[in-house]
Amino acid sequence: MSRIDVRKTYKLYIGGQFPRSESGRSYVVNDAKGRLLANAAQASRKDARDAVVAARAAFGGWSTKTAYNRAQVVYRIAEVLEGRREQFEAELRAAEGISTAKARTYVDAAIDRLVWYAGWADKITQVVGNANPVAGPYFNLSTPEPSGVIAVVAPRGALLGLVSVVAPLIITGNTVVVIASEENPLTAITLGEVMATSDLPGGVVNVLTGSAAEIAPWLASHMDVNGIDLTGIEDATLATELEAAGADNLKRVRRPAPDTDWLAEPGLDRMTRFLETKTVWHPIGV
Amino acid sequence: MSNIFEYAPAPESRAIVDIKPSYGLFIDGEFVDGTGKAFKTVNPATEEVLAEVAEASDADVDAAVKAARRAYTRVWSRMSGSERAKYLYRIARIIQERGRELAVLESIDNGKPIKESRDVDIPVVAAHFFYYAGWADKLKYSGFGETPLGVAGQVIPWNFPLLMLAWKIAPALACGNTVVLKPAETTPLTALLFAEICQQADLPPGVVNIVTGAGDTGRAIVSHPDVDKVAFTGSTDVGKAIARAVAGTNKKVTLELGGKAANIVFDDAPLDQAVEGIVNGIFFNQGHVCCAGSRLLVQESVADEVMERLKRRMATLRVGDPLDKNTDVGAINSAEQLAKIRELSDIGEAEGAERWSAPCDLPANGYWFAPTVFTGVSQAHRIAREEIFGPVLSVLTFRTPSEAIEKANNTPFGLSAGVWTDKGSRILSMANRLRAGVVWANTFNKFDPTSPFGGYKESGYGREGGRHGLEGYLKGEDS
Repeated sequence: MSRIDVRKTYKLYIGGQFPRSESGRSYVVNDAKGRLLANAAQASRKDARDAVVAARAAFGGWSTKTAYNRAQVVYRIAEVLEGRREQFEAELRAAEGISTAKARTYVDAAIDRLVWYAGWADKITQVVGNANPVAGPYFNLSTPEPSGVIAVVAPRGALLGLVSVVAPLIITGNTVVVIASEENPLTAITLGEVMATSDLPGGVVNVLTGSAAEIAPWLASHMDVNGIDLTGIEDATLATELEAAGADNLKRVRRPAPDTDWLAEPGLDRMTRFLETKTVWHPIGV
Repeated sequence: MSNIFEYAPAPESRAIVDIKPSYGLFIDGEFVDGTGKAFKTVNPATEEVLAEVAEASDADVDAAVKAARRAYTRVWSRMSGSERAKYLYRIARIIQERGRELAVLESIDNGKPIKESRDVDIPVVAAHFFYYAGWADKLKYSGFGETPLGVAGQVIPWNFPLLMLAWKIAPALACGNTVVLKPAETTPLTALLFAEICQQADLPPGVVNIVTGAGDTGRAIVSHPDVDKVAFTGSTDVGKAIARAVAGTNKKVTLELGGKAANIVFDDAPLDQAVEGIVNGIFFNQGHVCCAGSRLLVQESVADEVMERLKRRMATLRVGDPLDKNTDVGAINSAEQLAKIRELSDIGEAEGAERWSAPCDLPANGYWFAPTVFTGVSQAHRIAREEIFGPVLSVLTFRTPSEAIEKANNTPFGLSAGVWTDKGSRILSMANRLRAGVVWANTFNKFDPTSPFGGYKESGYGREGGRHGLEGYLKGEDS
């Protein structure tokens, strides 16, 4: 007799824990051929708010870690992901119905992207900061700082898409509440397991699964969220509503990016969009 | 103050300015009559009507945007950066040449002391054009690409009329954009004189268009479908309305909005310098400054001493005729603003804070408010939370650096902050922990074209000034 396998319960990833949705809801996730893969948690407004609380609580500690330390943590995510690459390749093949070679390409690219961003932690300040030669006896320095808690709607790419939107935010010190791709949410939770075992402090990345149309408006109007990345929103009307809702506390907004080539090398924009510039003056004298 | 210290009047002559009885709109290189109504701009120090100014209608705004688009497509976007630079250098030079005229006109229309318009506003305006002129042919080194956005719609406030114009127009033009700019309805005159300067510089028609008017004109600019970029400086409420209005469009937006800056004084600070910084922080430009140090956080152990010195210093402030070269504090810009300042100050008293105003004789005509300080203010008081935008200081105390940070950051705003201490490591630690776009340590209210300015949180987004100021006017590498 063949062994009965032990299946995984896919839950949410909030504050470093894996809770079920407080709503008790789940939804069916099928593979590319329409067969049941698993039930995913269907996050609610309350889950979204809990995730924001966790992200806010994590912000102070994460944003004040040294850049070197953040770099090592994100690099560690890449290391752990590399060690579990077969699992991710298998998940991508099952969920997206893609070939072995393609799945390998995406996993390679996701790992490499984490490594790429890891290296930015202690360089972005040098590249986008400035010493400013003011016309007077003053020391004047501009440096980037993270905006705070950023809500993200991830694009379809279950692994590479998710990594490509989350890594640039956390490497600079932001904390994140990300709504995973609605149709391919399971890999996001598996990635949560990787993050949970990579010395990433709980709450730095919080993953919600479920309906973006249902959850995103609560994040867009949340007054303790500082920015919203609408990359994965495909409905233009919804995107407009979310951007408008974000105006209530002047969230920094990244508008949808429908045609992004996730395999191409990203620029700085995913980092800089959610950075503030702080300029410090001090007189020079004796 | 004893009479022997009274100053004789030292008025700056207003003969240098020639204010016309009425002004049209500056569209496509020419002054044209608007199709809308007209409104009056008054001297806030005397309530004298200075001129009638056209209120641009939707059709006028449309004409201005079309002119800007034509100039963008046919001339400005095709011109080499080095040629654009020369126009901007010309403008900078003419501003210097006509500096006295601009300063006097600014003080007449705005109410600010001539000392400030002459020594701060106008020199920084010229410097701003000179600085960005140099960027026009060096954009490929900026880090933001060198592709302009197109037509920029810009709406500016009344507190630094020409300076805000410079912050908007100089980087826009340097990057190859053309502009439609609306000055505030109470301070249109220096922007209209700037239009004349554009003519003197032979700036190609349509590159700069100035449309005067109030909120409706501003809305028409912001919501015009052929505007690619919106830049706004003003209230947080209007900033939010703009953010909503542009949702779902491709318009790039920069917003420079309100503030409620903490100015933090530690017990080891050189107190006389700190008091000068407090006074400069809140009474500069009548407190009509978005980054004003309107919340004084003073360490408990020196609070009494600081308050005593502060009141003594405030009593020496000379409030009155903006054109008098000895005036420190000029007129409140409008009756409406004066009413707001009075209302919030009355609320401060009603909520239990203790009010003290500098003893000074205020002129009979015009809009005036004596420099005022509130003590015994708690974080919940409205005068500690809302922007008063006038010469009104709210004083809170703290014991530890952490408490100071907690209180300083306890606001939806995040534009600026001040720190006064002799301890270097404490300055850097405070600067790191303050959530504000500009931190002045042992100084306050300093501005420079090379230095980026702008806020965190509800103080807006984007930066003006410096290399960073180019980002809002270029397409960027991948956005």
